[in-house]
Amino acid sequence: MKTFVTAALVSVLATSAAFGAGHSVRLGTEGAYPPYNFINDAGEVDGFERDVGDRLCELAELDCTWVTNDWDSIIPNLVSGNYDVIIAGMSITDERDEVIDFTQEYMPADPSIYVALAGADGPGETISAQTNTIQAGYVAAAEGMTLVEFANPDETVAAVRSGEADSVLADKAYLDPLIEESGGELVMVGDYVFIGGGIGIGVRESDTELKDKLNAAISTMKSDGTLNAMLEKWFPGHVGY
Amino acid sequence: MFEYCSNSDSLANLQWLACYLTTLKHQSLYWSILTVLLLLAVTAPLAIALGLSGALARRSPFAVVRSLGWGYTSMVRGIPDLIFFLFVPLAMDQLLEYVRHRVLCPQETGPVWIGHDFVVCSAAKLPLGPSPEWVHDTYGFILAVVAFAIVFGAFCANVIHGAMNAVPRTQLETARAYGLSPRQVMLRVHLPQTWIYALPGLSNVWMILIKATPLLFLMGVEDIVYWAKELGGTKSARFSDFPHGDWRIYYFTGLLVFYLLFTWVSQIGLKRLTDKVSRGQATMAGGKGGA
Repeated sequence: MKTFVTAALVSVLATSAAFGAGHSVRLGTEGAYPPYNFINDAGEVDGFERDVGDRLCELAELDCTWVTNDWDSIIPNLVSGNYDVIIAGMSITDERDEVIDFTQEYMPADPSIYVALAGADGPGETISAQTNTIQAGYVAAAEGMTLVEFANPDETVAAVRSGEADSVLADKAYLDPLIEESGGELVMVGDYVFIGGGIGIGVRESDTELKDKLNAAISTMKSDGTLNAMLEKWFPGHVGY
Repeated sequence: MFEYCSNSDSLANLQWLACYLTTLKHQSLYWSILTVLLLLAVTAPLAIALGLSGALARRSPFAVVRSLGWGYTSMVRGIPDLIFFLFVPLAMDQLLEYVRHRVLCPQETGPVWIGHDFVVCSAAKLPLGPSPEWVHDTYGFILAVVAFAIVFGAFCANVIHGAMNAVPRTQLETARAYGLSPRQVMLRVHLPQTWIYALPGLSNVWMILIKATPLLFLMGVEDIVYWAKELGGTKSARFSDFPHGDWRIYYFTGLLVFYLLFTWVSQIGLKRLTDKVSRGQATMAGGKGGA
């Protein structure tokens, strides 16, 4: 037993800096929020943020790998070092900024909308939203509305279809394709809701070097038009830079 | 997978299904079944080994070892599994990285916890940042196995402890009278008979272990529950060649059948094993059938 433990300890300690070279960065995303990020048929991370992230890594000369993580624990796992970057359609908010740091935004603020079953005359009282999102915070604070939270975006819409919630509040860019494909089953109700700022990349507060590199790369992408092209590809008609 | 899948617009129903079920994403689901089976295959012997050590520790003549065994079983059994499964991988990961940080990067003397961040030097990371993805996956899997083994080891320890006490004392006294040393009594008489009494309890623990495997998902291992949820969610035609509505009910029904079949087969296997070890024993079960 003792030799086994020693051997295990030695092997744990000896996994040394043999790889060392290159700035390897792990990009964390949710993988369940098309068109921002999702898992495609080939089982790989795809979407707007895949394109943006790959280009940023190229510009900043980083060796990047993609990791998916539940939305709920995406910030805790960043600060404990399981990956180095959150690139998951995350709006820059003061609350999150207290725990992690954000780069400059790589996507302008997207309005949120309510979506309900056809025939509804308003958002109603019971609103579904994804846990720990700006929308969930908004509904929780709104008067006359009851919040029903779900762990992933797909479930928030499923709750409307099953009648568990009167409507769902989420980013317009996420809901638009779903309305389009529902064949009239789902419709937008009420007005646009403007909450939160633009979308930025989350990094650990202690990771200022990485933050600077990403900021510089985002500026390049904004000025050379590649970012606008990606926005147009994934969010047709969305405001660009 | 199939030739005709490349032209996904003009597929007949059965062909569509064949193509759909063989996408690379579905193959991830099939691989994850192997992950679950591997977890069980590795965890079960580890848990029994831990359980046996725990049970023996509780019978030790040394008070320190006894209280260690007692502390291990009562602590794990008294804390909710879920909390343990969230705590053990996180704490182990940070402990290992902290030790490596101190050993491998002695030049860095600053604190490891900076504000909200847990920061160790890049050489201390486990696994190292640049390692291929499978290394990260394997590391996560190993942490999960350790957590499972610790929790289920404690349940096994209690079962084995009880079973050891159930072995008739006359058996052991007779063995002593024949001049066997305490060690020989333990190895040749006491332990072999322990298994007969432990088996019903251990088979319970095995069933619970099978049913606890979906907790892997909570520990960041992409297991069958993760893939069933991901594949079953609504897919729109813009982002997938195989658009469909909310199909989670079908995927979860599949999981239901999988687990039911698996526990059913286990039950048959365990029944056979019990019959085999009971044969010829001075118990009720040993009496039937004869030897």
